[in-house]
Amino acid sequence: MSDETIQERALRVIAVKQRLPLESVTPESTFESLGIDSLDRLNILFDLEGEFDIEINDEEAKKVETMQQMVDGIQKLVDAKQQKAAEAQ
Amino acid sequence: MRGTPGLRRVVVTGTGVISALGSNTAEFWQALSTGESGIRELTGINPDQFRFRHAAEVKGFDAEALFDSKELAFLDRFAQFALVAADEAVKQAGVEWTAGLSERSAVVTGSSFGGRGAEEAGYWELFHNNRTRVHPLTIPQSMSNAGASHISMRYGMQGPAYTVSTACASSAHAVGQAFWMVRSGMAPLAIAGGSEAPLYLGGLKAWEAMRVVSKDTCRPFSADRSGLILGEGGAMLILEPLDDALARGAVPLAEIVGFGMSSDAGHITQPSPDGAARAMRAAMDDAGMQPEQFGYINAHGTATEANDRSETAAIRSAFGEHANALAVSSTKSMHGHTLGAAGAVEAVACVETLRNGILPPTANFTAPDAACNLDIVPNQARSQQVEACLSNSFAFGGLNAVLAFKRWL
Repeated sequence: MSDETIQERALRVIAVKQRLPLESVTPESTFESLGIDSLDRLNILFDLEGEFDIEINDEEAKKVETMQQMVDGIQKLVDAKQQKAAEAQ
Repeated sequence: MRGTPGLRRVVVTGTGVISALGSNTAEFWQALSTGESGIRELTGINPDQFRFRHAAEVKGFDAEALFDSKELAFLDRFAQFALVAADEAVKQAGVEWTAGLSERSAVVTGSSFGGRGAEEAGYWELFHNNRTRVHPLTIPQSMSNAGASHISMRYGMQGPAYTVSTACASSAHAVGQAFWMVRSGMAPLAIAGGSEAPLYLGGLKAWEAMRVVSKDTCRPFSADRSGLILGEGGAMLILEPLDDALARGAVPLAEIVGFGMSSDAGHITQPSPDGAARAMRAAMDDAGMQPEQFGYINAHGTATEANDRSETAAIRSAFGEHANALAVSSTKSMHGHTLGAAGAVEAVACVETLRNGILPPTANFTAPDAACNLDIVPNQARSQQVEACLSNSFAFGGLNAVLAFKRWL
């Protein structure tokens, strides 16, 4: 688990929660190509926020179309969280 | 349906509203007719715990001054709003409760969440404070029909009484069904409307999770709209047959002429223009009127991306060319989205629009959206007398209810 990259974790969470074959969710996949509608997107944001303990901004989330964009966004939020934690120490 | 033998013409003879715009119809209309919004930063609950900070709260509501303590013990905030609104409406209509009237009069209310605020208070004690029991009145306080039951008890109304729960269309369905009962002769009078008190922690968190609440304010039909603003309150209307109202010397405020409903049978949260258009057509058919006879629509207009675009398409579909001559505004920009109370609150806005010859604006408007290209009466109220109007209510779950009103001359 701990060896998983952010990308692997994010794609795994999306695949598992959306009941999609793991290999079908790739960085190039779009929400559209995966057949993910607006309510599924809400669920994905909820699941990813829980997985990474982050808060994803509504407006930023609306711009996301591909899994790669989602992973990049999560990476940014995780980095910011870690930096904040480091500063606090 | 109108003009069918045996059907009675139905008028509104009293209205009551409590909302972020004040504690009665006069204050409500004063704000709507001057384009003044009641949306402010949350005060009843700490806004720091949410991803949004604004709501349309009822201000300065002193329940202890309005109800005696014994009565208050049974009343969640949503039922208090129902009673306050009913009281104003009954007084304005000058209803005299004869035995015959009491025995058959109807009460139909709408509420989406009912008294879940009271429920939450009890559950909080269970989950956080290791209590093992909740207040014995939790059930009678929280049941969604509490508003209807308390109105019925207060005025001794013993006819049909029930509550409709169709999310954001609840009280439009309630007013419509009460209208049909009075029109058919089933009830000699009805108190109809709805109330909602959704500004409690769990409710606000649930709306936050839907990601449809604006971090800014409610800007219906505006290009930069960013979601709805939650509101609380209640509204009630007195509906009675025209000839009975005139015979007892009551003053009709407006005529209620049509009611239409439909289901999208589509998606649980994404609205369909087709379902909404069918409900508008059904309301106009029920009124026996043509689209060209309507001058104004009080829109559902939540200011979500999906609703406003879909509602515009629906209005264009139902009204054709005449859509270009229609004024369409969303008063949610001022009183917020009162959910189960919205249909009734906006029905009162329609009655006042017809009485006063003023169209309430869509407040907080900044920039036009090509997908919402209607005359939405931006920011400034307009002096214009329309002869008839529609009130649109389209609920999550795809359940649509539309009411039609006509000016009383």
